[in-house]
Amino acid sequence: MAIFTRRSVLKIGGASLALPLLGQAVLAQDGPLKIGFVNVGPKDDNGWTFGHWTGAKALEAEFGDKIEITFVETVPEGPDCERVLRELAQQGNKIIFATSFGFGDYVIKVAREFPDVIFEHATGYQRSDNVGTYNARFHEGRAVMGTLAGHLSKTNTIGYIGSFPIPEVVMGINAFTLAARKINPDIKVNVVMLSSWHDPAKEADAARALIDQGADILVQHTDGPAALQVAEERGIVGGFGQGADMSAFAPKSHLSAIIDVWAPHYIQVVNDVMAGTWVSDDSWPGIAAGEVVIGPYNEKIPADVVAAAEAVKNGIVDGTLNPFTGPIVDNAGTERVAAGAVVDDAGLWAMDWYVEGVNA
Amino acid sequence: MLIGAVVAFAVTYTTGNPWLGILLAAAASAAASMIFAFLTLSLSANQVATGLALTIFGTGFSALFGQAYTGKPISIFRSIFPEALATHPLWRLVFGHSPLVYFSLLLVVAVWWFLKKTRAGLILRAVGENDLSAHSIGYSVIGVRYAAVAFGGAMAGIGGSCFPLLLTPQWAERLTAGRGWIALALVVFAAWRPFRLFGGAYLFGLVMTIELYTKASGGTKNVPSEFWAALPYLATIAVLVLISLRRSGHSAAPACLGKPFLPTN
Repeated sequence: MAIFTRRSVLKIGGASLALPLLGQAVLAQDGPLKIGFVNVGPKDDNGWTFGHWTGAKALEAEFGDKIEITFVETVPEGPDCERVLRELAQQGNKIIFATSFGFGDYVIKVAREFPDVIFEHATGYQRSDNVGTYNARFHEGRAVMGTLAGHLSKTNTIGYIGSFPIPEVVMGINAFTLAARKINPDIKVNVVMLSSWHDPAKEADAARALIDQGADILVQHTDGPAALQVAEERGIVGGFGQGADMSAFAPKSHLSAIIDVWAPHYIQVVNDVMAGTWVSDDSWPGIAAGEVVIGPYNEKIPADVVAAAEAVKNGIVDGTLNPFTGPIVDNAGTERVAAGAVVDDAGLWAMDWYVEGVNA
Repeated sequence: MLIGAVVAFAVTYTTGNPWLGILLAAAASAAASMIFAFLTLSLSANQVATGLALTIFGTGFSALFGQAYTGKPISIFRSIFPEALATHPLWRLVFGHSPLVYFSLLLVVAVWWFLKKTRAGLILRAVGENDLSAHSIGYSVIGVRYAAVAFGGAMAGIGGSCFPLLLTPQWAERLTAGRGWIALALVVFAAWRPFRLFGGAYLFGLVMTIELYTKASGGTKNVPSEFWAALPYLATIAVLVLISLRRSGHSAAPACLGKPFLPTN
């Protein structure tokens, strides 16, 4: 077969490798603005990724035909996400939202190869000319939840299901514990780190282990309602929804929730990119900007407790209350924040210590 | 396991009957395992590669099939014994478990009895030890292996159904989170014996629970929880070393494990 000599295969192979490069030049920007989302979990996790899905839907509602969204789910935080990021960039997406902490290194790497694509990394800390970071002040929501827990816990033991010991998780645990101990100084928080953002069976097992150790309120930083279901089944005081309102899974135990609302930020970014005014920034709004919403309170919570929680929330919104106001002592006994001082943003991102009362 | 889990959840959610869910989960997984059987037995494909391919397929298929069922809660498959016994502080150790747990215990005994005491079990073992001899006596090696794969598939499906029916009553993508892989270590640890398997399985489960409990009580300062997570695999390695030291060369594994059946005539 004369066609398939080694030389001809190499020639054809080499020529076909050049084909994708031809496509690049043709990418004139007529047509809708293409936006890509890279997510660590499925949109049906009823939590974190669901929140971003809702944000993406809000973008569609706001911009209609002017944008085209590609929403990639369940991309593991590791080398494989680099491939997904690169594919999205090559397919002509001009804004790429990477919605999990672990994507950070790969976003920076791919961003260097595609200087005209805007990358936004959620919950990250690495920025460059075309990489911005965004987050929401979940710890403000944790302070409100902590207030509720402080009033409602009878065993004075809280079970906290964490994912990875990164600053975002740590500041959430600390904000919660500080708020709870302000109400009830005997509160202890037992923390289990699952090394995963979403593993329902493990979350359920961890919930059972924590309840067996005496916890009557569960808090979580993992996505998904598995722990709440265990709380409902065991009939403990309750738990909190994470990222979304999870009361459908645990009507009696769902005390309240921290609901992530990403729409304001997403709409802002798309407007900025369309106007050509986007700059790399670290966006970190909280309850006041509407990015963190406190979910509806369970009807079994007494009115005065709801009022206390609302007071904390309003204090945070109008700036009179900072969840990290000193004096703060860490769980080894050292004073970290002096009386009257507060922890600033840089201090929050450097937080690698737990406050008094946390067993981690 | 994931195919079993998604089918069990879907059926239990739609019909409200967990027994039917488990039955159909077993059937669906057995059917999926026929893909593996066809590729490895009739087409003599590499078993490890085919097994991996089926795992990846099952993950994707269950995610696709389960999209309609996420976010829907069902109730846990509870003990069928009367409430008083099932929740009694002492007796619930015996009566408080879900039927799935009792089934697993019965299954160990049933499989042991089948392999040791029945003719069919003897044929199955023969086919695994020396397929050419079994073939020359006249037994259908491929046929027996098809049946064995179907049984294994059904069992994996029932194991998978434990996740949405027992552990966490919801469906989410990748619900089993790779927990099935421990079966590979378990089979080696048990040296392919049913009762040692029972002991090994509970031992591994105990170690996994200790891992969580030490984390939950905040007692990770003395023994890191990662030690408990690694322990089942360390134990398996230790057992492997012991087995190969004791009987020089004689392994407990079936002699034809992993080898396709290729009759010379």
